[in-house]
Amino acid sequence: MTRIRNLRVDRLACTGRGLCAELLPELIGLDEWGYPVLKDRTVPAHLRAHARRAVTACPRLALHLDRVRP
Amino acid sequence: MNRPVPPLRPDGHGAPPPGGPGDVRLLADWYATGRPATLADHLERHGPPPVTAADGSPPSVPLVEAVEAAGLTGRGGAGFPTARKLRAVAGRRRRAVVVVNAMESEPASRKDQFLLAVAPHLVLDGAVLAASAVGADTVHVCLPRDRPAQYRRMDAALDERRRARLDRVRLLAHALPHTYVSSESTALVHWLNGGPARPQGGPPGNRERGVDRRPTLVSNAETLAHLALIARHGPGWFRRLGTGDEPGTLLVTVAGAVADPGVLEAASGTPLATLLGRAGGPTEPLGAVLLGGFAGTWLRAEHLHTPLTRRDLAPLGAAPGAGVLVALPRSACALTETARLLGYLAAQSARQCGPCRLGLPAVAEDFTVLATGRADQVLLSRLRHRTALLPDRGACRHPDGAARLAASALDAFAEDVGHHLAHGPCPAARRPPRIPVPPATPPETWR
Repeated sequence: MTRIRNLRVDRLACTGRGLCAELLPELIGLDEWGYPVLKDRTVPAHLRAHARRAVTACPRLALHLDRVRP
Repeated sequence: MNRPVPPLRPDGHGAPPPGGPGDVRLLADWYATGRPATLADHLERHGPPPVTAADGSPPSVPLVEAVEAAGLTGRGGAGFPTARKLRAVAGRRRRAVVVVNAMESEPASRKDQFLLAVAPHLVLDGAVLAASAVGADTVHVCLPRDRPAQYRRMDAALDERRRARLDRVRLLAHALPHTYVSSESTALVHWLNGGPARPQGGPPGNRERGVDRRPTLVSNAETLAHLALIARHGPGWFRRLGTGDEPGTLLVTVAGAVADPGVLEAASGTPLATLLGRAGGPTEPLGAVLLGGFAGTWLRAEHLHTPLTRRDLAPLGAAPGAGVLVALPRSACALTETARLLGYLAAQSARQCGPCRLGLPAVAEDFTVLATGRADQVLLSRLRHRTALLPDRGACRHPDGAARLAASALDAFAEDVGHHLAHGPCPAARRPPRIPVPPATPPETWR
């Protein structure tokens, strides 16, 4: 059974440090001010480990992996 | 059809037209009597609110079902089904709270102010009925602090109800800082909880954890007034006006280049041109209308035959929003007007989220450069890029609304954009602006 996970940025917490885009460039880009732009919020299975790493690396704890309710 | 409209006076005084138009429910008493309804007037005409569940008993299911069958949707702008909201709040363990959103922060809108001035008890009945439906013991009425007369009148109306021992729930009026985003539901709840009136995002949302961490229903004032009438007359009656998909009436504020601007009530599905006609008709040839509010959509004059429903407006990228219709004459510079609206929206950002704090002023500035005829293709594509990056990147929908306005202006006035790029500013840009916009200054306080 594979659960779908979605990326979510807590916009109030995020200060645009940009680590998430470095660790997960497949899904996260940055705007001209360094704030994340989600290219796709759904995390494919082969990127799940990278996504988890990006979540734990965020110094603001602003990146979340939400379990999607079926 | 040139129907009269009530004058645009939030104090509610002034003679309404004799007889009054037909598609009128919320404003029926106002048309009949020409004065704001006191509690005695209100009870004489409508009787007490038909609250079924006593305080402490289980939530009233029949009202939620009636609201669902009526197909009532929120009249604050988002148009969310009211019954679904009621259910989401009612189905929880802790005792709920009801918040009446009467902030009306949209500068072009007057409908909630008007409704509260002429029929406050209809709104309060709706709040009390909603409270019984979700099992709430407290109703908070949120008003903007810079309308002290409105607050005094609300206080007096609440006093009347208290003296009459009408309600089993506690009703409290509050005066909140008035900013464009302080009316957002999580901002209201955060203020009621002692914080600044800034949007908080989620999860969890208000319905789960709102005022005092209790399940909280936040509803627009007009929505609750409709609910009060549905509770009395039933869903079949409600559906007699409006369209099958979007039943009922709604309050509309018609402003701009019309002979008799004001608040009127119309059946959902009334064509935009008819609404302009009921507001006295255009005073000069129109180029476009701004629909929904400052965070709304521009529609060119050739679309004025469109009925006012979400369904009919969606293909044009527009929505009724909070029922705002601003008529812009052909002689005005739509780009200059849009640049001023964007400047205001940028200044009113809560400055919490980077994409809004930095992106909104950048878009507003690019738009000003475009409107003043100093832009080139490079700036235009930067403006488009920056606009496209605003939606869905904030704790609230403020950046989304500003992006909608900017994108719709670039789309509806594409010809004007080309003209400004090739030939510089148009002569209209030097004339005084046509849409009144509050000063583009940041709010003084959030608390």
